[in-house]
Amino acid sequence: MTDFEVPVLSVKNLNKQYGPGCLKCRGGESSSLVKNYCQVCGTVYACRNVSFDVFPGEVLGIVGESGSGKSTLMQCLYFDQEVTSGEAYVSDYENGEKNLFQESSQQQRYIRNHIMGKVYQNPLLGLRMNFSSIGNIAEKLIAAGNNHVGMMESRGTELLNKVHIPVHRRKEAPKNFSGGMQQRVQIAKALSNHPPLLLLDEVTTGLDLSVQASVLDLIKSLQRELGISIVLVSHDLGVIRMLADRTLVMLEGKVIEQGLTDQILEDPQQPYTQQLVHSLL
Amino acid sequence: MGSILKIQGLSKSFKLHNLGKHIRAVSQVAIELREGEFVGITGKSGSGKSTILKCIYGTYRIEEGSIWYHSEKFGAINLAKATERQMLYLRKHEIGYVSQFLNVMPRTTARQLVTQAILEMNEEQRFADSETEKILSHFELAQELWDSYPTTFSGGEKLRLNIARAMVKKPRLLLLDEPTASLDHDSKLKVKQLIEQLIKEGTTMLGIFHDLEFMNDLCDREYNMENGIFLHASFTDS
Repeated sequence: MTDFEVPVLSVKNLNKQYGPGCLKCRGGESSSLVKNYCQVCGTVYACRNVSFDVFPGEVLGIVGESGSGKSTLMQCLYFDQEVTSGEAYVSDYENGEKNLFQESSQQQRYIRNHIMGKVYQNPLLGLRMNFSSIGNIAEKLIAAGNNHVGMMESRGTELLNKVHIPVHRRKEAPKNFSGGMQQRVQIAKALSNHPPLLLLDEVTTGLDLSVQASVLDLIKSLQRELGISIVLVSHDLGVIRMLADRTLVMLEGKVIEQGLTDQILEDPQQPYTQQLVHSLL
Repeated sequence: MGSILKIQGLSKSFKLHNLGKHIRAVSQVAIELREGEFVGITGKSGSGKSTILKCIYGTYRIEEGSIWYHSEKFGAINLAKATERQMLYLRKHEIGYVSQFLNVMPRTTARQLVTQAILEMNEEQRFADSETEKILSHFELAQELWDSYPTTFSGGEKLRLNIARAMVKKPRLLLLDEPTASLDHDSKLKVKQLIEQLIKEGTTMLGIFHDLEFMNDLCDREYNMENGIFLHASFTDS
């Protein structure tokens, strides 16, 4: 009865450390650690035994202070970083039976291009600033094996339209755009291959309120209309409250608490979560 | 009639880390609701009434006790142990919750708000549209407000919209947390009519009202609370 639905993404015991680790800190639980940093060898344990599932059509929020491992987690899931250990399964790939982290880099590229879309906090990482906007979208379509120019042109225009980039500016390079527009081009690019899973890393951070609002509206409507599953990383509880069905709280690389978003906000258990919620404006 | 909800030995406390305090909200609560019943909970503010509703709805985590709910989808299910996804499913399809506060996405119009509530039950767009108009008219929400944002509404208008949104889903179990607290007499009457209609259609309700007269008119039974425990259960009419 507990498995009346199948997760789109299932992550198990994901670990990521920067540094070799030493005898003192191996295992990640020793007294040489200050927070998640080893004082002896300087190793940082960015993600420690992170496990979670994402279900069809849901928005999973991840909150936590900066340095808690949120972005590292997202980078690992998108293969921008190699994990130290752990497993991830996607239901749309090999029936969810193959651990993505064990696949060849060629296969990982396939998964990136066909099954996932990602929006980075920093548009510089997600876009080629000197290409045209529609060219950025075409890049992802080409990577996924498309080669019909007319089709890519129309798909690109359709997507830019969806994210409210004026059609007459589609051939302009993102470097000429405002931060909010760049973010929306990134979203259009991420959506181009109809991915069932979208990874959003602090998409609204640093945007002014009205632009932030339009990006949030866009995410909400995409999720509602296209039924995409979204992992949404943010340190802004307001954004999480508005969008996420369920939420994970991360601290020092670990998931310290998870629950329905209203549970996290109204009945937080951990000291850090309580502090976070009390800080909400 | 069979029982739809059976709460046994429910206790809930809150641990406040910043104060180093442990606050007990309710202890050893037992409630049973039969299908189609309207049951009220009375008691002073702070006596733990809302805590019970929030435990049922899953907003509060339950540390002790069980809440057996008879679900259409899952059969008998203990809400204290249900998974997050099961809880989300039940909220979408079976269990409604109305409070005095309207929680909405900014820049979502009144019409969209109600329509979405219907659409998430996998209904057709056209059906959702017509049901939305029906219920907004019932609550006499002025037509020019339908396509504007609820943040600009008056308190009463927000409240009516909030109730409309929950009731339009015709949930099997509806939890009412003082939904009529700040409504004028006419609006209360509208709520009452709708409650009566929902009861007829088989919705079971558990409600908190400060307006005792309003409640006595509708309730089959009442529970009275003080300091987190039930004092007595009474039958308003048998």
